[in-house]
Amino acid sequence: MFYREAGDFKTSYRDDGQTFPIRLDRWGYYALLAVAFLVVPFVIDSYWANAVLVPFLIYAIAAIGLNILTGYAGQVSLGTGGFMAVGAYAVYKLMTAFPGVPIFVHILLAGAITALVGMLFGLPSLRIKGFYLAVATLAAQFFLIWLFNKVPWFYNNSASGQINAPERTFFGWAVTGPATTASAKYLTCLVFAVGVAWVARNLTRGTLGRKWMAIRDMDIAAEIIGVNPLSAKLSAFAVSSFFVGIAGALLFSVYLGAAEASEAFGINKSFLVLFMIIIGGLGSIFGSFAGAAFLVLLPVLLKNLLVAQLGWPTDLAAHIELMIVGALIIFFLIVEPHGLARLWRLTKEKLRLWPFPH
Amino acid sequence: MNTLGEETKMRLKLATIALATIVAAAPAMADLVVPNLSYRTGPYGANGTQYADGFNDYFTLLNERDGGIGGEKVQTPECETAYNTEKGVECYEATKGNGALVYNPLSTGITYQLIPKVSADKIVLYTPGYGRTSAKNGKVFEWVFNAPANYWDGASVAVKYLLDQNGGDLKGKKIALVYHNSAYGKEPIRTLQDLAQKHGFTLSELPIDPPGQEQKSQWLQIRRDKPDYVIMWGWGVMNQTAIQEAANIRFPMENFIGVWWSGSEVDVLPVGASANGYKSLTFNGVGTDYPVYDDMKKFVIEPGKASQGGQFVGSALYSRGMYAAVVIAEAIKKAQELAGTPAINATQLRDGFEALDITPDRLKEIGLPDFGPEIKMSCDNHGGSGMARLQQWDANAKKWSLITEFTEPDQDVLNPLIQEDSEAYAKEAGITPRC
Repeated sequence: MFYREAGDFKTSYRDDGQTFPIRLDRWGYYALLAVAFLVVPFVIDSYWANAVLVPFLIYAIAAIGLNILTGYAGQVSLGTGGFMAVGAYAVYKLMTAFPGVPIFVHILLAGAITALVGMLFGLPSLRIKGFYLAVATLAAQFFLIWLFNKVPWFYNNSASGQINAPERTFFGWAVTGPATTASAKYLTCLVFAVGVAWVARNLTRGTLGRKWMAIRDMDIAAEIIGVNPLSAKLSAFAVSSFFVGIAGALLFSVYLGAAEASEAFGINKSFLVLFMIIIGGLGSIFGSFAGAAFLVLLPVLLKNLLVAQLGWPTDLAAHIELMIVGALIIFFLIVEPHGLARLWRLTKEKLRLWPFPH
Repeated sequence: MNTLGEETKMRLKLATIALATIVAAAPAMADLVVPNLSYRTGPYGANGTQYADGFNDYFTLLNERDGGIGGEKVQTPECETAYNTEKGVECYEATKGNGALVYNPLSTGITYQLIPKVSADKIVLYTPGYGRTSAKNGKVFEWVFNAPANYWDGASVAVKYLLDQNGGDLKGKKIALVYHNSAYGKEPIRTLQDLAQKHGFTLSELPIDPPGQEQKSQWLQIRRDKPDYVIMWGWGVMNQTAIQEAANIRFPMENFIGVWWSGSEVDVLPVGASANGYKSLTFNGVGTDYPVYDDMKKFVIEPGKASQGGQFVGSALYSRGMYAAVVIAEAIKKAQELAGTPAINATQLRDGFEALDITPDRLKEIGLPDFGPEIKMSCDNHGGSGMARLQQWDANAKKWSLITEFTEPDQDVLNPLIQEDSEAYAKEAGITPRC
């Protein structure tokens, strides 16, 4: 009944190859973009921005970044937290050194700096694979956090090692700092999230993405058919770190406003983003969003339900919340080991036949 | 194809459910609202629980005995942060809309995040004994108060105590600082460096990565270097691990001084008899030998209204949580006097804090004689006198005993540092000094 192609004729290859070949899907996508850009900014309040949507969008960007590396190119990474820290400290150094430059430029530059660092730490991937690579990226995680704690230059010699985001504007609109409105924060993150998702989608269905997937599926075979592992692996590290760096820059400058390396970008962050893509679905852009939603929104939802609705003590609720989230992760992975993205795909198949299944 | 369309759909679905929950959940708030951003879970939960209980119980006492403050009941809606900055932001956003007057998050990391936010939202942030030290300068930090003492005061009082012990001379002595490798632990370094220069001792800095269960190598280094004294800036599981490690290398406990956050029962009890003689700073009394506990028993504990059952009443951290509540309650009272209305707002509370004067006599009236130092604040001084004292652990009696009187820190060293750091912040954040 839903998502049927009947009567939806394609007259060109371009039409046939588009991201949303089914009309209903396409309309839904445009409608949601319109709501996200034209409706939500006018109704959003600071709770919804700071506690729900902004972290969701930022983690979605980080998850897309990691998904490029792990889901598409098959290189396991545990260094996401460290690379996010590179983005955060890069944007901090840039925004304090060049206050006049628009913040969007700084965020993109921070992504570029992270891409360079990511490529550097991606070099071992040419020799080692799998678990061994994971351990090498783990070293990157610990080294980067140690570096940002150790060298005072990175935090402008502040007494406590904290970095604080001063107010920076974009065409007169405050984007960072305490005076930022909820809608400005939300829109900034939305622009980056949509942009990153769009770039990632188009990269992964082009030559580069096919190279990554060839390397992921069997690197020797890929090499034989002419894929250069050096450029494929390093480009995956670069693109992935670029996105992760943007996420780190946004996390620090737009969302938190102050951060310290070991607390905000510790090993827990690396695992959190990795869990997001495993639960959401490896090798899927939608999966990155779904995984981020699952791990960012669900705890907030449960907290509001248990504490505010049911009036439970906060510590009991916090412990139960951990158990519920953990149990749901196991449940979803048993029901569908390929993640929420696959679950969604199956749901669509079923909806297509509904109400007359085979 | 799975792309942006569906994920947004999914997101909206989740959002709708969440919206329904939150809209239904907003509690009806009318009274004085003092949110309690507490943590009872995670590596710092053992400490956070006791503090939160003391904080809640004092306001319960005021509500039950006096019908609130000036006739207005006080609410302390609690929100679990787990000492995590992202959850701290969520808690702040969730509670600020209900007319929150003052925040006390008991986390230096969360404090750093909230300083710009409360300044924009015009809500008071009260961080007794933690947070950003230079917030003492009220000219720059209009909405932040950190009386009675801050980290730099603590560092200075500890060094003063050591000077006393050594006949006023620390030349050639070696002091090691064992610190939580975070904003909190790094705070005293600059002061200790300046004091080292002034008094001629050598300072070695030993960072311990949070949460701090792993510190063998640092204590190995201490065993090798043999410092005369060890000062600790620890919190949570790091404290008991450090005291255990010190006991393992047989470091003399009486030469081991913790900051006030490293001086509670949960830190020393696990180490048992070998923790005997360990010292820590404090700015509040401990134990239940204060008259206020008669009322506490009658109105809060016996009717079963104590926070989480009242199992920690009288502990060091419970007392400190209660002390924070006492100062906030006094500031509310002062603000009500100044504003001429019991239903004050956060701006009026700021004026109340700035006019606050808790004299020893007033403390006696409250039922807490000699519990804390005198607190007198003004528009430019948001940090009080900075006085602190030392306590020592008696492992046989299982209690802390106070071993010094309240001591003034070395303001000659601290004031220029505070001036320098707050001016740097004012420049970075574009603040013109007031007062």
